[in-house]
Amino acid sequence: MTTGENSVVYMDNNATTMVAPEVIEAMMPFLTDYYGNPSSMHTFGGQVGEAVSKARADVSQLLGCDVEEVTFTSCGTESDSTAILSALRAAPDKRHIVTTRVEHPAIKNLCENISSFTGHKYRVTRLKVSDEGLLDLDEYVRALTEDTAIVSVMWANNETGVVFPIAEMARMAKNRGILFHTDAVQAVGKIPIKLKELDIDYLSMSGHKLHAPKGVGVLYVKKGTAYVPYMSGGHQEGGRRGGTENVASIVALGRACRLAEEMMEEENTRVKRLRDKLEDGLLASIPRSLLNGNKENRLPNTSNISFEFVEGEAILLHMNRFNICASSGSACTSGSLEPSHVLRAMGVPFTAAHGSIRFSLSIYNTEQEIDFVLDKMPQIISDLRQMSPFWPGD
Amino acid sequence: MWEYTDTVTEHFQNPRNVGEIPDAQGTGDVGSLACGDALKLTLKIENDCIVDAKFKTFGCASAIASSSALTEMVKGMKVEDAEKITNEDIADFLGGLPKEKMHCSVMGREALEAAIADYRGLVLPSAEGEIVCECFGVTDIEVSRAVKESNLRSVEEITNFTKAGGGCGKCEDKLRALLLETVSEDLKTVPVIKKAKKMTALQKIKQIEEVLDREIRPELKKDGGDIELIDVDGDFVTVSLRGSCTSCTNSETTLKEYVEKKLRELVLDSLIVEEDK
Repeated sequence: MTTGENSVVYMDNNATTMVAPEVIEAMMPFLTDYYGNPSSMHTFGGQVGEAVSKARADVSQLLGCDVEEVTFTSCGTESDSTAILSALRAAPDKRHIVTTRVEHPAIKNLCENISSFTGHKYRVTRLKVSDEGLLDLDEYVRALTEDTAIVSVMWANNETGVVFPIAEMARMAKNRGILFHTDAVQAVGKIPIKLKELDIDYLSMSGHKLHAPKGVGVLYVKKGTAYVPYMSGGHQEGGRRGGTENVASIVALGRACRLAEEMMEEENTRVKRLRDKLEDGLLASIPRSLLNGNKENRLPNTSNISFEFVEGEAILLHMNRFNICASSGSACTSGSLEPSHVLRAMGVPFTAAHGSIRFSLSIYNTEQEIDFVLDKMPQIISDLRQMSPFWPGD
Repeated sequence: MWEYTDTVTEHFQNPRNVGEIPDAQGTGDVGSLACGDALKLTLKIENDCIVDAKFKTFGCASAIASSSALTEMVKGMKVEDAEKITNEDIADFLGGLPKEKMHCSVMGREALEAAIADYRGLVLPSAEGEIVCECFGVTDIEVSRAVKESNLRSVEEITNFTKAGGGCGKCEDKLRALLLETVSEDLKTVPVIKKAKKMTALQKIKQIEEVLDREIRPELKKDGGDIELIDVDGDFVTVSLRGSCTSCTNSETTLKEYVEKKLRELVLDSLIVEEDK
């Protein structure tokens, strides 16, 4: 696979992102010269510990929280599991979880198999979404009961980019004395977050979604909130997460958080404009194409579009011939036989669900790339439709 | 990313015979939008010989490639010869398909069969079966046939080949029963072992022995090996490999991938097979 030099038109940033050059530069010394263990007594190791502290400060700055509230983990999934299992153990008498039908597998599958982790049976309420992927807050309030141990709702959906009203939902949970977790893997760095002002108890984030490398994540735990380590071991992370720190990646994540803060404005202006140009252009030039997800309450970088009567994997593989990278919610791309659970929860008809393509941009995308994709897509869709037995004709 | 062969990629990128023959003598229409793939095959037949074939396909790369391959294979063939084409033949023509994509080749075979039945004015027997998988509309006849033709031995394989069980998963028990029924029919043995959730230790040992005797030992003997049951303690099944198995470097794989898999499938899916050393 070729990289760099713009040989790839990369529009799959909700899957993973390019490691930013300044992030590489910041982390490299910790893979070469500064290999000491932060826990060591000598200065050689100690200076590495300082770098970890600095990274923690950078993360807390982006999240708007205290440094003590930041725990480094290996990924978003580990953060999610740690948060949910902590909350459940903190409220051993409560046997109810509230979540949504559109969560990432990290939460979805955990909730589905929760009894095998806890040894107890839980009732799980999975909130419905509208055809635009939005939650009904009345239904949410009704779902909260005396028995509810935790609410877990993603901040922004990875497939459609739809953003949920997390501040409000967290407040509602707090009013009922219920712990609140949010999987903010897609939201951090794209929309401003000030945890100090919010009633969120746990928040998960992942490094590789904001231009840090894979293999590092963060769990935010509000001061005073119940916590049970998922990985037991040494005293690292204040005893919250044993295991020698993934120093280079932690340093990288700190640098990436600073970059995200610097770029937040650009993400919400230039990147958003590029996304809108791409979206409007595709919807205008390709008949029977439709937008999945609410247009307003959305991440600035994501656009999920269905092309009716054609299948997503076939579209992606034709795009691949032009080195255009994106994702699909079709059955065939997932290895399962049914289209994405998110699109099905939204009630997207089968004519469209199998032909959905997710474009997710980053600050590295250019106007030329948007023009290139706009130039190639109509022909790709048209060719496949000529082959489709369902295509009613132009 | 799927690992497609060069032939699959080539047929996907340059599909042959796309279109529809207007006055076709045989038309096969299978699959649906809901299922995520569909194929309409039209054949021009003169003197029982397929002189032209065209297709229209909605589906992934391997569905398009399978359709393209199928049309290339049948053109110029006698109907009675085309009838003998199996899904494995289509997959072989393409240099193989990922196992999760085998249902694409099955769709090709089904369309061909439907087109030939249409030409002869017959009703397909598979359409008369009873629906087992509601999600994908797969009948018991189709499942049994796939089990026999492709020598399927697990529910997962049935799903890969026919899609049955790939949706809500509620038909899993039915599929397992159908699998056992079909397999034991195949082996010409009457008793069908029902998978009981709770078994006494004695029942468990008896069933394990039965499966070892009927299914596993004959296979191992083909390669000059043998197996003996040493002990059953809870879910732990201790066995001893004999004959050529003792010196075989793959004995661990045989134990886990074959013996354990078989016992889990036919007796209890929590069983763990260990070798007595």
